[in-house]
Amino acid sequence: MKKKNGVYREPLTNTQLLMTITIGIFVVLYLLAMILLGGGFLHAQQIFDMLNDNASLIIVSCGLTIVMIGGGIDISVGAVSSLVVMSCVLYLNNGGNIFFSILLALGIGLAFGAVQGFLVSYLEIQPFIVTLAGMFFARGMTTILSVNPQKVAHEGFAALRDIKIESSLLGYTAKNGNLVPARIELGVVVAFFCVIVIFVLLKYLRLGRSFYAIGGNQTSAMMLGINVKRARFLSYLICGLLSGISGYVLMMHTGAGNATNAAGMEMNAIASSIIGGTLLTGGVGNVVGTCFGTLTLTTIKKIVVSSGLNDPWWQSITTGGMLCFFILLQSVVLGRRAKKLSRPV
Amino acid sequence: MKEVLLQMKNIEKQFPGVRALSNVDFTLRKGEIHALMGENGAGKSTLIKILTGVYQMDGGEILVEGKNVSIRSPQDAQNNGISTVYQEITLCPNLTVAENMYIGREDGAWVKKKNYEKRADEILTRLGIPARSRQQLGSCSLAVQQMVAIARAVDMECKVLILDEPTSSLDDKEVKMLFDLMRDLKSQGVGIIFVTHFLEQVYEVSDRITVLRNGELVGEYTTEELPQVELVAKMIGKELDELSSLGDEDERESEVKEVFYEAEGLSSTAALPFNFRIHKGEVNGFTGLLGSGRSESVRAIFGADKVTGGNVRVGCKRVKINRPIDAMKCGIGYLAEDRKRDGIIAELSVRENIILALQVMNGFFKPISKSESEAFADEYIKALNIKTASRETPVGSLSGGNQQKVILARWLLTHPDYLILDEPTRGIDVGTKLEIQKLVLKLAEEGVSVTFISSEVEEMLRTCSRLIVMRDRHIVGELKGKELTQTQVMKTIAGGDK
Repeated sequence: MKKKNGVYREPLTNTQLLMTITIGIFVVLYLLAMILLGGGFLHAQQIFDMLNDNASLIIVSCGLTIVMIGGGIDISVGAVSSLVVMSCVLYLNNGGNIFFSILLALGIGLAFGAVQGFLVSYLEIQPFIVTLAGMFFARGMTTILSVNPQKVAHEGFAALRDIKIESSLLGYTAKNGNLVPARIELGVVVAFFCVIVIFVLLKYLRLGRSFYAIGGNQTSAMMLGINVKRARFLSYLICGLLSGISGYVLMMHTGAGNATNAAGMEMNAIASSIIGGTLLTGGVGNVVGTCFGTLTLTTIKKIVVSSGLNDPWWQSITTGGMLCFFILLQSVVLGRRAKKLSRPV
Repeated sequence: MKEVLLQMKNIEKQFPGVRALSNVDFTLRKGEIHALMGENGAGKSTLIKILTGVYQMDGGEILVEGKNVSIRSPQDAQNNGISTVYQEITLCPNLTVAENMYIGREDGAWVKKKNYEKRADEILTRLGIPARSRQQLGSCSLAVQQMVAIARAVDMECKVLILDEPTSSLDDKEVKMLFDLMRDLKSQGVGIIFVTHFLEQVYEVSDRITVLRNGELVGEYTTEELPQVELVAKMIGKELDELSSLGDEDERESEVKEVFYEAEGLSSTAALPFNFRIHKGEVNGFTGLLGSGRSESVRAIFGADKVTGGNVRVGCKRVKINRPIDAMKCGIGYLAEDRKRDGIIAELSVRENIILALQVMNGFFKPISKSESEAFADEYIKALNIKTASRETPVGSLSGGNQQKVILARWLLTHPDYLILDEPTRGIDVGTKLEIQKLVLKLAEEGVSVTFISSEVEEMLRTCSRLIVMRDRHIVGELKGKELTQTQVMKTIAGGDK
């Protein structure tokens, strides 16, 4: 604690500390990639590509972060997104309109969130089991809707999908001398918007603070007068809603529905949250950290690919290693901190 | 007579198989500190939990300032001006001090952070609590966390403040701070219900005492008019002769017996190097203030913390005790200080908890048969007089004293040669305390060595024939025979020989 202008500056909270570490590691990794690998990493488009490809993952991870801060887990998120994609594709191809397709996406997400949230918070069933069931259910539904991949053939949607923000300032000159402007998809804007809303929710709203409280100590939260069941229910509901949004963003990115859409997305989302500084035990975490978690994860994958290790298992192996490293780092940092704090002054 | 603030009339509460409260009345007046006393299982906690909305009563009524109220949740209690500070801190360590003071009782959707921090700082300053509003609660000491909980209650302008065992984790200075705070609140007209096991504290701070026993009201008394001895008698419902009889039993002169355990320069990550030995059939004690290293030392003997050095001999053999299982194989048993954290497994039944240590010693590939374990459980439930509905009852539903007996039974079943009891009588009622003390002496007669740790010097003097005194993580004295007097122990602890 340093005294500044007569006011004590408090040490960083655990949440802030872990987030700072993540951002630091992301920056270092990216700089390393720029120096050692060059190429694509030197263009701004590289970052935009990472965002374009992962907008839906970022949204889902944010939802999961909320649930994890409250001390829960939701592994159905990927499957729900996939179900949303398939449902919306079929709906649009059968003459639906854009507005209702968006409502459909949100509705499916909310429905899953509500049912799972109800089972977890009011009937007190283990969240892992509930959302595992939800995951199988959503995957099954997706396959029932269509086993074969379905491409969206809807003019209005094509127009929506092609909306892109272009910036020649951030663009680069291709080998043939043409200027290629930087492109950002609409999904990134949606993701950005979601992150800001959730950031505000978690930091400044009563509801958001009660998520931290129930994740920190559920009994205490109850004794402090927080409606624990309602707060937990809402955390799953918001997570479901975000899965719905994420599904729609994914559809805008891929333009097709496929039974294996978003396969493994839940695991990537968990990894993003953890790398971003969310603790599985609850009470600590932050969506900004989660965003950087997703970016770090993606950067690692890009680096692996750019290094010429094209086989898919290399990505898995490095991701696994990275996750272990982060968890180890977290526990070492927090452990040292707890020791320091418990020392008598 | 002062104005009546809170009245509980004919309170009834039934738990499966147990009548927790029957026909209990309780009255709290404005600006008084009212001690609620009773053994474990007397119904104190149940009464408090009914008042705070954690449990629902089965019958009776609660009046706050003459108005009949129904309390169905902690929020209801708060709305009626009833706040509670529990023994276990019920705040969130991952939030800031200010957030802990205001969360769960704010209006509107937004958190008015700046506003809260300002108000929190004002109150903390006013009450003299050494914490800052923006500090993470987890970085404060337990005592300060408890005071933050009180500050929260004060800020809610509570009329009734319930303090449930608030002093059990505080040192003397902190207790004094807490009492000053309590007197300050009392002068502001707050009614305080004070639940504690420490008799001296009751006499120091309370105006009135209500005693419960076995879920029934024994009576309400003015503190000044009720001598301490009588209070104890009312709590345990026994005549006091039995209590004092232990003291004059025998001289417990320790003849020269063979050494059972000897450690030279034993140290662990938590304990500084020390020398220690214990004879067969001897009861000795470690004493010292909280944090003097007494628990850390016995944990080193049992290998509960990482052992970093030293020579250990059990019998005549040199052994290495690095882990609890090593110690158990040498015939050493250890009853941990914190029974909730290190001792019982609440979800398992009494029987399963009792056979646990024996099972570990046997190895998991040689299971103890059901009938055998049932026989063991029945034997010890009877021998130690454990009050439980059946041997298959989950230990978590037993009262503290009975839980402690279950853990004792667990170690006795392994037939240890040396038993370390760290605060076995903390937080349990006078009657059970006595039983445990008697048991310790009986074990010693049978040739078992016992190391006994207790915060109550008097209790140690009654049971131990040798006392090792620690101060600031060093052994500063060893008392035996005629030196075993309260004054001498206090002097040694305080270093008053100089």
